[in-house]
Amino acid sequence: MKPIEPMEPMPQSTLERLKNNNIIQAWLVLSLALFFGSALAGVQMTLGPKIEENKINETREKVPELVLGKEGAQQMAEAGETLEALPESVVVEKGGKQSTYSVFEALKGGERLGWVVKSSGQGYADKIELLLGLDPAAEKITGIFVLEQKETPGLGNKIVTDAWRGQFVSKGTAQRIAVVKGGNADGPNEINAVTGATISSKAVTDIINLAVADLKGPLAAKGSEGK
Amino acid sequence: MADQPTAIERFVQGILPENPVYRQLLGLCPTLAVTNGLQAAITMSAAVTFVLVCANVITSLIRNLLKPHLRIVIFTLTIATFVTIADRFLAAYLYQMSKVLGPYIPLIIVNCLIICRCEVCASKQGVFTAGADAIGQSLGFCLALCSIAAVREILGTGGLFGIRVLPAAWSDWVIMVLPPGAFLTFGLLLGLVNWYSDRRSGKANRG
Repeated sequence: MKPIEPMEPMPQSTLERLKNNNIIQAWLVLSLALFFGSALAGVQMTLGPKIEENKINETREKVPELVLGKEGAQQMAEAGETLEALPESVVVEKGGKQSTYSVFEALKGGERLGWVVKSSGQGYADKIELLLGLDPAAEKITGIFVLEQKETPGLGNKIVTDAWRGQFVSKGTAQRIAVVKGGNADGPNEINAVTGATISSKAVTDIINLAVADLKGPLAAKGSEGK
Repeated sequence: MADQPTAIERFVQGILPENPVYRQLLGLCPTLAVTNGLQAAITMSAAVTFVLVCANVITSLIRNLLKPHLRIVIFTLTIATFVTIADRFLAAYLYQMSKVLGPYIPLIIVNCLIICRCEVCASKQGVFTAGADAIGQSLGFCLALCSIAAVREILGTGGLFGIRVLPAAWSDWVIMVLPPGAFLTFGLLLGLVNWYSDRRSGKANRG
């Protein structure tokens, strides 16, 4: 008697193969991702301009304080006077690369009182975005303000406090600003680091040094050009 | 499968008997982080409510299409979408508040309370029950956050909603608005809730 030949494995039907396909199994994930993604794009398109506007409004609100100092800004507000903040952009070229800074020119009745520069850089946790106030000739810092930061709560986020930011006021722009640990800053261009947050303090100082180095020339030139 | 709780049971359970913070100890990151003021606590609760209700409803609608090994991916996707919407919305309409809450709004994505409700309730029960469950749990979460925030704000700053209520003679306990205050308050309130519910169940057993 002839032995029975072993049966060949049944070929998988096309339908079955399709059912076991990874991509087909993930159809719900894929289509939901597509759907949610486009929904989010819609949300961003609707709300994005509003969020930008909020940031610009905050910047404008801070201009008097950054240029005149807190007391100066208060006096001006009490006198019922307002500062005009003229938005401009300054393009700086170095090493073949172009970087654009958004700069606000603070004007009172046509007279230039100073500049406010928006600048950003990498902090300890995330991007730090800040505003830097300069006098009309770009020779002195008149104030800084932190617009956005996600530094460690309790340590790095102390960079937003008035006391720490106040250290930068009336520092000259001729020299780089240096961060000193341990609270012994006494040189004309030294500031104390936030205790336990040297990296955050350095990050802020680096952003300022870079912006000052880039913009000192162009702003001073604009200043001598006149109105 | 055992009988699932009805919509009303789900709703009531979320508020106290299965309070997400005091009974399940879920969602503790925002509980500890944003309870130094009532305003921040209420905004956070509102954001969580929005995300939880939307995620629960969507999950419940598609529950019959879910594959067991892909369900967590879908939960996360859904939650992340609504968290991003909440985050953008706050940045657009409550800019100052969104700066105060900072990274804690995006962090709702990893709030295990929401994924827990998707898994436990929404992926097994109908839309109505899932919605009731989400609202109940959110109310419970809001209650917990507000109770902690009220204690911390009143002891730490002498006021509520930024308005002074304690006499000026009160020296503000600054530690209460700092991180240690969150742990102290939460521990004490948790103890209180446990003691109270123990006493009640003890009475019920004896009675």
